Amino acid sequence: MAYFSQQLINAITLGAIYGLIAVGYTMVYGIIGMINFAHGEVFMIGAFISLIGFMICGLLGIGSAPVAILLVLLMAMAFSAVYGWAIERTAYRPLRGSFRLAPLISAIGVSIALQNYVQLVQGARPKPGGDVVSGGFNLFSADGFDVRVTWLQIIIVLVTVVLMMGFTWLIARTPLGRRQRACEQDMKMAALLGVNVDRTISLTFVLGAALAAVAGMLFLMYYGVIDFFIGFLAGIKAFTAAVLGGIGSLPGAMLGGLLIGLIEVFWAAYFSSEYKDVAAFAILVLVLIFRPSGLLGKPEIEKV
Amino acid sequence: MGARLSSMLKDAGLTAFVAAALGIFIVGFRTVDVGSRKGLGFDYQFADLAVAVVTIFFGRLGLSLAAAGLRWPSMVLGAAMIAAGASPLELPSGFLHWFVALGGVLLVIRGVWPWANDAMTAAAGSRSGVVLGRAGAKWSGWLLLAAAVAMPFTPFGDQKTMDLGVLILTYVMLGWGLNIVVGLAGLLDLGYVAFYAVGAYSYALLSTQHGLGFWVVLPIAGMMAALFGVLLGFPVLRLRGDYLAIVTLGFGEIIRLVILNWFDLTNGPAGIGSIPGPTLFGAVFAETAPAGKQTVSQMLGIPFDGIHRLIFLYYIILFLALITNLFTQRMRRLPVGRAWEALREDETACRALGINPTNTKLTAFAVGAMFAGFAGSFFAAKQRFISPESFVFIESAIILAIVVLGGMGSQIGVVLAAVLLIGLPEWFRDLGNYRMLAFGLAMVLIMVFRPRGLVAHREPSLRLHPIKPGGGR
Amino acid sequence: MSASQGPPLIDVEHLTMRFGGLLAVDDVSFVAQPHEITAIIGPNGAGKTTVFNCITGFYKPTIGRLTLRGGDRDYLLERMLGHEIGQRAKVARTFQNIRLFPGMTVLENLMVAQHNKLMHASGWSVFGLLGLRRYRKAEEEGVELARGWLERIALIDDADRPAGELPYGAQRRLEIARAMCTEPRLLCLDEPAAGLNPHESAELNRLLVSIRERDGVGVLLIEHDMSVVMNISDHIVVLDYGRKIAEGAPAEVQRDPAVIRAYLGTDDEAIDG
Repeated sequence: MAYFSQQLINAITLGAIYGLIAVGYTMVYGIIGMINFAHGEVFMIGAFISLIGFMICGLLGIGSAPVAILLVLLMAMAFSAVYGWAIERTAYRPLRGSFRLAPLISAIGVSIALQNYVQLVQGARPKPGGDVVSGGFNLFSADGFDVRVTWLQIIIVLVTVVLMMGFTWLIARTPLGRRQRACEQDMKMAALLGVNVDRTISLTFVLGAALAAVAGMLFLMYYGVIDFFIGFLAGIKAFTAAVLGGIGSLPGAMLGGLLIGLIEVFWAAYFSSEYKDVAAFAILVLVLIFRPSGLLGKPEIEKV
Repeated sequence: MGARLSSMLKDAGLTAFVAAALGIFIVGFRTVDVGSRKGLGFDYQFADLAVAVVTIFFGRLGLSLAAAGLRWPSMVLGAAMIAAGASPLELPSGFLHWFVALGGVLLVIRGVWPWANDAMTAAAGSRSGVVLGRAGAKWSGWLLLAAAVAMPFTPFGDQKTMDLGVLILTYVMLGWGLNIVVGLAGLLDLGYVAFYAVGAYSYALLSTQHGLGFWVVLPIAGMMAALFGVLLGFPVLRLRGDYLAIVTLGFGEIIRLVILNWFDLTNGPAGIGSIPGPTLFGAVFAETAPAGKQTVSQMLGIPFDGIHRLIFLYYIILFLALITNLFTQRMRRLPVGRAWEALREDETACRALGINPTNTKLTAFAVGAMFAGFAGSFFAAKQRFISPESFVFIESAIILAIVVLGGMGSQIGVVLAAVLLIGLPEWFRDLGNYRMLAFGLAMVLIMVFRPRGLVAHREPSLRLHPIKPGGGR
Repeated sequence: MSASQGPPLIDVEHLTMRFGGLLAVDDVSFVAQPHEITAIIGPNGAGKTTVFNCITGFYKPTIGRLTLRGGDRDYLLERMLGHEIGQRAKVARTFQNIRLFPGMTVLENLMVAQHNKLMHASGWSVFGLLGLRRYRKAEEEGVELARGWLERIALIDDADRPAGELPYGAQRRLEIARAMCTEPRLLCLDEPAAGLNPHESAELNRLLVSIRERDGVGVLLIEHDMSVVMNISDHIVVLDYGRKIAEGAPAEVQRDPAVIRAYLGTDDEAIDG
């Protein structure tokens, strides 16, 4: 029981991170129907900017952890958002109206290029860092096993919940969100009604990238080490989360993230940690085969 | 004029600003390990960043100038950048010299492009151009083939070139195989390397554990890979294009992870070693033959030379690649090949015509997988050692890049792209580190500027009115 | 009038199609005879294309039976997979928004339509790969069939051009020829005259009549262009809001008050105009 509870806490933490990345996939898919294969790389870049940010905070002598986290959070969100914007502007926008697989191929190219760019300028070695919060408390003890919650885990879940609430509000209640949903429904009609479609799509990428950057920062703090390759696996898992939850659906992305976190952690805890990535890929394949519209998504009707 | 120039300057300034924002942390602060303590320090690279940003400013300015019809100023700017890049000026790193110079080259090409394009269109449209183009299309393949066959006996046929030749041909074969799936049938397969792995492990296991020879295993490996193609393809081939791509990526990774973790069968990350090479009529390529065998040099009565093995491997892969090509060309002219292309164009219309989409896709998937299986068992026989590291996602991406760059569906395009993408970086080893970066950028640039690839021409699978020599119909 | 001519080619009974809460087709029954052109008309959104999509296997009907009389057996279309309806029951169709293979040539489009026949002749590619005579002969016959159709639709000189380069009217004709190259029993045409000029419409009329007379194929036609419908149809089925409101020969249907109401609105609305 205690072991189970501990794993549950770990799974929720991990699931929150996946959920944040998954939102980016889901929003972009919802609005332009493409899989933004490079999204995992934006997450990785967000983690690197956070790492550098924490080091700068150290150099500047900012000792207070909350201040440092807040500063780095804003910095990572802002500068990763530029990546999101620039990727859309240069690699995807010119392809609207090209053949249907063109954006995906371009996205794979962006992904490879970004990975190698970071490897070239930052080196291939794993980078330790982000250890600004330590400690925690024992929730309860049972069977001679302490169930422990760290402050960091609380921060991760808190940041995720706050961001997701803010985000849901943004989509549901603001003019920006309304434009976004309008483009999702019918891009041509939205354009005719005076919605600036290009800007709305850009903003979608910017917001997705900002959330991925937060996930990157939390990932760095949670694992304490990153390298240029983390975007690939995390990206695939987050994409799986988005598909599992129902691609295009915001709550779906969060739900999917949680489920993937649960599956991964419990698989590793009770079966084998070697095959935990196989489990994630297998779920991706199974969901796409048997329920491509996901848990909360709407099925597509083929128009002939 | 002044207003236009100022808007161009503003635009270039904005681009440079974005570039600076992109680079300020990732490029400006290089994290490096410090001392023996576990920890990181900074190696500041603001000078590098500044040079890069300035280059981007002028590059963008030049492109705007060219787009506004001011091609000469743009080309002068480009020439100046090339000069700066090639100058002995002390830039912070060698890479930046390249960066500045390549930016200049880009501008010059952009400036010359419209003229070159016009000239080429005019030449292709003229009577002799048409004849030459037809002859070129007809004979260039044969010329390439003749050159490839003769290569080992020319003065260029040294160890390094032959190695490179074998490598390029392997990718040509893989590209041709994937071209069936992606180029003809329009199914984006991101896990192609899995079938390559199946072929490689089939040969490695059957030869080291059951003592079977290369020529016996070759068809088995192809069949195994095709079987995997059918098994994996059957449940997923009704998915939409981009979902299919992701599922195949998932399958590719699953197969690699299983190979990595199934110690009893595959020996895990340590891989399988001492795989026997291919034999020539039962004779082995070695200095001394194992008991009961004969070496090739003994059989032919020639002195032993290490390069003989390499030449033999070269001809095997050339032969395998040609089979792939011949097979594909034939299939394209058969009903199934036409159905592949029709499926790529419009699946709904295919269904309305009574074509079974799943079966048709499955044949494309299986045939493509089979050729990857052949290539895989060749790879194992050549390397004599294989491990899961050779079958990562990036390999699939490279093969895909070859197909995409070449022009989806074009056979000669694949050859060109393989030479460009595999040959050039291997030849200029210094570029090795930047190779994958260039790869990724190339994929984006092709999609943006030339989505149909280098060779965009499609030859119909049959004609009602045969072409008369001398142009026209 | 034509119901007495023996067994119908297709028998649609109680066809109902529901999408979530929307009842797109509501208990529609009608028959179409071989050697006849049967038109389905009705205002936009009446459910005409949905009926087609059920017949050609793109949708599974919620309720209903669709029986196609083949040479020696009946086919229950609602139980067959999409491609089987083309392959075995031999129902061919065209689409409202033309769906050719734009990158392939005109001739190739017509060859793809003969896929199943040629696939069989090529021994599922084995004979074809070996270049056996048996396959080469079948391919030559296929080309001849295609040539015949290209002459009938006046596209013989464009045979080697990519289909996507043809003008709009030619693409419409080519799509019909492509459907005919499957050698169907029933040809379903979804608004073949849409976007055609009067001259092209008249040409289309001649083509459809010749398909009925020369090829003896039953035609099911969705059309808004009344010059086409009234001139060439033998039998007309009128749908409105998913229900069948009238049926009969062109002259009868034209006079039917329910049809006039459906097209012109109810009386008091008509006064407004």
